[in-house]
Amino acid sequence: MTEFLQVVLSGLATGSIYALAAIGFTLLWQASQTINFAQGEFVMLPAFFVLIGMHVLGMPLIAAMIFALILSLILLGVIFKKFVIEPMLPHGTLPIVMATIALGILMKETVKEFYSAEAQPYPSLVADRTLDFFGAAVSTQDILNLVVSMLVVVALQFFLSGTRTGRSMQATAQNPQVAEILGVNIKRMVLYTFLINAALAAVASFLISPIYLAKFSNGEPIGLVAFIAAIVGGFNQIRGALVGGLLIGVVDNLAAIYVSAQYRAAVPLILLIVIILVRPQGLLGKAEGRAV
Amino acid sequence: MNSRNLILVLVGIAALIAAPLGQGNYVIYVLCSWLIFSIAAMGLNLTLGYAGQVSLAQAAFMGIGAYTTALLTMAGVHWIFAAPAAMVLCFVIGLVLGYPALRVQHHFLAFVTLAFSTLTFLVLRNEEWLTGGSLGLVGIMRPKFLGFDTMPQLHFYYFTLAVFVLVALLFWGLVHSPWGRAFKALRENPIRANSLGVDIRRMTLLAFAIGSALGGLAGALAAPLVQFIDPPAFSLMHSLKILLMVVVGGSGYFFGPILGAGLVIVMPEFLRFTEGYYLMIYAAMVLVLMIVCPTGLIGLGRKFASQFKGRSVRGDLKEGAKL
Repeated sequence: MTEFLQVVLSGLATGSIYALAAIGFTLLWQASQTINFAQGEFVMLPAFFVLIGMHVLGMPLIAAMIFALILSLILLGVIFKKFVIEPMLPHGTLPIVMATIALGILMKETVKEFYSAEAQPYPSLVADRTLDFFGAAVSTQDILNLVVSMLVVVALQFFLSGTRTGRSMQATAQNPQVAEILGVNIKRMVLYTFLINAALAAVASFLISPIYLAKFSNGEPIGLVAFIAAIVGGFNQIRGALVGGLLIGVVDNLAAIYVSAQYRAAVPLILLIVIILVRPQGLLGKAEGRAV
Repeated sequence: MNSRNLILVLVGIAALIAAPLGQGNYVIYVLCSWLIFSIAAMGLNLTLGYAGQVSLAQAAFMGIGAYTTALLTMAGVHWIFAAPAAMVLCFVIGLVLGYPALRVQHHFLAFVTLAFSTLTFLVLRNEEWLTGGSLGLVGIMRPKFLGFDTMPQLHFYYFTLAVFVLVALLFWGLVHSPWGRAFKALRENPIRANSLGVDIRRMTLLAFAIGSALGGLAGALAAPLVQFIDPPAFSLMHSLKILLMVVVGGSGYFFGPILGAGLVIVMPEFLRFTEGYYLMIYAAMVLVLMIVCPTGLIGLGRKFASQFKGRSVRGDLKEGAKL
């Protein structure tokens, strides 16, 4: 039982980080029908901005994190939207899929060639200790991850449903034409969505890198999990992506202990296929009806 | 096909026959893999360019084809029976995968195939009793046909070329048959196609399954070419590579995937001097191409041509292929 509790808790901690990536993914999809195949690389990259800030520019950790956040907002938010997605929007989703795949490869290779191909140690915000929680050992990093990502999700939810800008963003996602008629600046709302995605990716990056180390190839598994989490939870819901992320984190951890380490990666995939078969709109999603 | 195009195609085939003469083994190997990936990309083009569905598992189907062929030929079955068995297997898996995925919203096939390609990789790596695990299968024999031994590299090239030409002819026939027109119709306007009596789901499923079977055939050729197969050769990365071939060449055009496969296979040879930067340059080029011209190189060529001739862009590609 203690082992089970421990596995579930650390699964929730990792899952909450997956949820951040999945929420960003869902937001982009809603706001601009962008399926971002580079989402995993978006989470991989900000950690390297921090490392550059610390080791090349000699900043302290906190300053380097702010530097990385700003750089992420500019590169993964503004530049990504203006120069990659916007020119392709009139051509449908396929070119965007291809372009984001290429962008992911580009980001991965750039880090590998210009920074390092080796996994880099990454500083944590808290001292690494384990706390006793009803007999289960929980690391401080796990607790930090869970707390920070939950705070971010709550803040985001409040922003989206509690402020005028947030509600305008929701309106833009639901029906851009009507939103525009009602005086919403659609372009700006879409830009906000891209900025939020960049910020979520940066936070996810800061939280996950102390555990997995910063490595150029980290993006691939994270991106895949973000996809699965978004679909399992419900592609058109923030809550869905959150539940999906947490669920995948826990299932993944349980599978590693109780199923087999070899097929660990297969379990979330099987979950994905089952969900698509049984409940294609996702656990919390609303059915959109057939597209055709 | 008008007579001018026919002559061009015959010249192309003649060039393919002459290409390997006097070349070393390595060049012939590169040509062979171009033809093989062209077959896989043609299959994906049917799914993507004609039926408008994204599959991210074409390399996984190649893997299934390659392992099936390898295991059967190593058990003493002739290639001529092993390859169709591989194709049938891929066709059936395509049906089983596509049936639930196409039941729901349009972009789901992409995700189901994404999951499937990772699953395939895991099975190939972990089931050592069957697939040899991460060490792979070694010592796959090249087939003999009535005394024509494909063991020498040049002979194997002509064998691959013969299969390629046969597939290209059948493919040409398929896309110009009522079936092919139905595929295009449901890419362009599914609602209208449906109202004219095209069963959308059945036709899309069929296109995906046939495309997957062609992936299996490509695998059946790849196994005896390399004579050694292991799981990483059929990973998700390679599925993405085949997808890039189709899109870079021009999805929905007959020659698009062949051109795309040529570029993706041959480019590393030209960019070899750039060493580690190769993938970066390549990805940047794809990115720019997608931003400038999402219909791929053939679309880009037509755009230039139509500017000179004052002809309009092919109507069915104006909207671009949709996910």
